This record gives sequence, C-alpha cells and structure tokens, in this order.
Amino acid sequence: MKKDKLSWARLVSEAEAKQLPLIDYLLERSAAQVETDKDAVLKKTESMLQVMEEAVAYGMTGVKSNSGLTGGSAKKLKEYITAAADKRSQDLLGPVAGTAVMYALAAAEANAAMGRIVAAPTAGASGILPGILLSLKENCGVPRKKLVEALLVAGVIGEVIANRASIAGATGGCQAECGSGAAMAAGAVVYVFGGNGKQIGDAVSIVFKNMLGLVCDPVAGLVEVPCIKRNAGSVMQCLLAAELALAGVGSFIPADEAIDAMDKVGRSLPGGLRETAEGGLAVTPTAKAWTENYFKKIHG
Amino acid sequence: MIGPSSSHTAGACRLGLLAAGILGERPRKAEILLHGSFAHTYKGHGTDRALIAGLMGWQPDDARIPDALRLAEEAGMEFSFTPGDLGSMAHPNSVQFRLTGAKGNACEIIGASIGGGQIMVTNVDGYPVELRGVLPALFVPHRDEPGVIALVSTILAQKMINIASMRVFREGKGETATMVIECDQPVPADVIRHLEELGPVKLVRFVDKVS
Repeated sequence: MKKDKLSWARLVSEAEAKQLPLIDYLLERSAAQVETDKDAVLKKTESMLQVMEEAVAYGMTGVKSNSGLTGGSAKKLKEYITAAADKRSQDLLGPVAGTAVMYALAAAEANAAMGRIVAAPTAGASGILPGILLSLKENCGVPRKKLVEALLVAGVIGEVIANRASIAGATGGCQAECGSGAAMAAGAVVYVFGGNGKQIGDAVSIVFKNMLGLVCDPVAGLVEVPCIKRNAGSVMQCLLAAELALAGVGSFIPADEAIDAMDKVGRSLPGGLRETAEGGLAVTPTAKAWTENYFKKIHG
Repeated sequence: MIGPSSSHTAGACRLGLLAAGILGERPRKAEILLHGSFAHTYKGHGTDRALIAGLMGWQPDDARIPDALRLAEEAGMEFSFTPGDLGSMAHPNSVQFRLTGAKGNACEIIGASIGGGQIMVTNVDGYPVELRGVLPALFVPHRDEPGVIALVSTILAQKMINIASMRVFREGKGETATMVIECDQPVPADVIRHLEELGPVKLVRFVDKVS
C-alpha cells in the first residue's frame, strides 16, 4: 500500500471525526508526536513567539548586515510613517498591513545581521510570521494566547508543506520559502479571526496561487537581496489570501493540491533559480559588480 | 536559531554538533574543507562561525555564534577553512571535517546541509553512512558475516531499545560492513560495551541526536 502523505484536508476531517475543535486536535497531535503534554507544546510555541518579538525589536533598531549590503529599512519606514503629515498619502498600506510589512522587514534584517530568529519555515522567510502576528497584536488587540495558538496552526501547515513538498529554496525556489511562510501566516490569520479548517486551507491555497513560480535568486548567495523585501511582499500576499478566505470566497484548488503544484513547479525550476545565485536578480550587472567586489574584499 | 540562513548557518551549526558527536569529544583541532556553495558564500552566511560553534557544542540558537571564531580560539581550538572540491556527486552545501580531540581521537567526516536546517552525514572515516542527527544513533563497523545484525539487534531488544531505522553498508562480501542504527532511546554505556565485545564488531560509536 502506498504511504499517504500528510494532508491538511485529512487533519481537518480527523478533527471533525473526533469531534474536537481543530486547535485542540492539532495540539493533541503535536504533543503526541514529541511525547510530551499540551502545556509543554504551548510553552515551547510561546517561547518562539518571544524570540520573534525580540528579533523584531532588534531589527527596529536599524541593524546592518555583516556584508553591509542591507539593513535599516524597517527603521526608515517607521520614521517615514511617524513623521507623515498626511496619513492618507503616507500610510498607503493602512495600519495592519503597514505594521506587518515594517515588522517583517525588521525580523528579516535582524536575521541578515546574525540576530536570533525563528526559522518560519526557514531563516530566509523568517520575517513574515513575526510581522503578521505582532501587527495583529498591536492593531487588533489579539491576546497572546490566541497568537500562540495561531503560531501552532502555522507550524502544522509548515509541516504539511515540508512533508508534501519542500521548504528549501535550493529545492523549490523562493515559493518554497517565502511562499510557505506566507501560507503558514495566512492560515494563522484565518485562525485568529475564527475561520474554520477549510477556510485555513483556502488561504494556504490562495497564497500559493499568487506566489507560484517565485524564484530564489539571492545576490552573492546572501540572504539579503531580494530576500528581505520578499518577506515584506509575502506579508501582503498573506493578508490578501486571509481576507478572501475569511470572506468565504474559497479556493477552487484545495490546499494539498496547491502545495503539490508548488512542489512540481519547484522541481522544474532550472538550478540557476534555486538559491545558487546563478540566475535572476543575482546575475544583473549591478549584482555582479557588487558580488565581485565583495568576494575580493572577504577572500582577499 | 541565529541567522542569516537555515542551510548555511543553522544547518552548519548542526553539522558541527553532529561531527563533534561522532568524534565523541570536543575537537582540539579542526581542518575544515568547504565545497560548492559553502565554499563560495561561507563568510557572508557565517557558515564558518556556525560550524565552529557546533564543534564547540553550542546549539543553533546560541547568541555566541557570531563570535564563535574568536571564542573557540580563546578556548584553545585550532581550526582552518579551505575552499575545496569533494567531487561532482557531493551536495552543493558540503563540508569535510578532519577532527582531532584532546584525548587523541581522530575522525574524518563528510556531511551536507540539505535544506531547511536539515543535515546528512554521508561518510565517516571512509565508510559510507547516512546520519541525520534527528535520533540517537549507533555507528557499528563490523566484519561482514551471517548473524552479526541479529546479535546486535537482539542485544538492543533485550534492553528495550527500539530501532527506528537501520542501514547496512558493505564494502564487499566478507569485508567491512557498517551498520547505522537510529534508535528511539539513547543507548547506555553498558550496552555499548556489550556490543563492542562481539567478535565481528570492530568499533561502536554512539552518536546522540542534535537539536
């Protein structure tokens, strides 16, 4: 008999069969997997949220990366929005998305500066979930307990993606990293606002619809350009998908199938567009000139 | 974890941890050869610092990682990094460790960071293996003859140690074969001694999981 892959649809129906709220079932399952109790799982998840908060705070100080290529954009955005005389034209994204983008940049910049972060699901995509969760906390007054549960939901979505496809840019391109991060975060948002398991799946699917094919093309192979802004862009895809799913718009392609499609697209990407820095933005004249200079500097 | 890269920083740290685990002690000397993407981008990703941090026994979220080179040197570790070539079959994020411990143990280990922080050690002292560091494991080179696998698995069974996975690699019929056994439980020292006493068994290394 062929082994079944982990499936979001199956997890949702298993929870229904057990007549458990989805979050209780996922929590029970996570605890059983690592042979611990539910409290320990929640505590561990909360410690991840804490690391996310610290990463954002560190990024907001305006840190620069080791290479000197990036840093300080979250701080710059904050100063711009705070100083804005005309809120309508200078806070184009609005508070929820604007804060989420700012914090996503901050966490991604903390990552580039060798700060402590939570891989979500990878370091390259470590800005999206903190950006979203902390913006919900600040702008929507979502209690910490709910955020911890949402992070757990995101983690299970990531597990499904890693099981059916891949979360590594070297295997599946940026869609597998930032795409997965946005899908996980979208599921978390839908959960926070009371969406059911199907709606969470819809949000996951909508994210992949809009991010399918995104390549991994880091300048000089560093997790900086374009990764940091891709985290910010992914926040927007996440919020879009969550809002549609919560509105009941739904997705024609189920989450599991969208994840499988992402996997197939990833594997058909040429090697140069899978984290090797041999394609895309990494081989533009500006990137090549900077890279040559940088390698001369560090390798002597 | 400490940034900036799951594969080039966290994965590298885990490779260092696993390599030190295979050596069985903290290395005093480490000659490290970097292959492919590791060779090209190791400085920008802090791969060098993360590998050394792992060899020092530090976890991927240890805030000392950015300072690992200086701190390891101060702790008396000698190390070197050389970009090199481990062949066309090697994973792009591959590393070779030549390690010597304070007690004189020496070991040559090849491994790769295969994405999302996951790792795979593929060669220990010339023996092909597959070690992922997710479960406690036994590495048992032995003489290839009937019954050795049964003996080893029986001893583990008697101690209620469950085998999660098992692979056997063989150089040739009747020559050296290597068992790599991943277990659900850590293997106590008395069980390891018992295994070492088996005639066909050449060596038993216990390698604990890495976080």
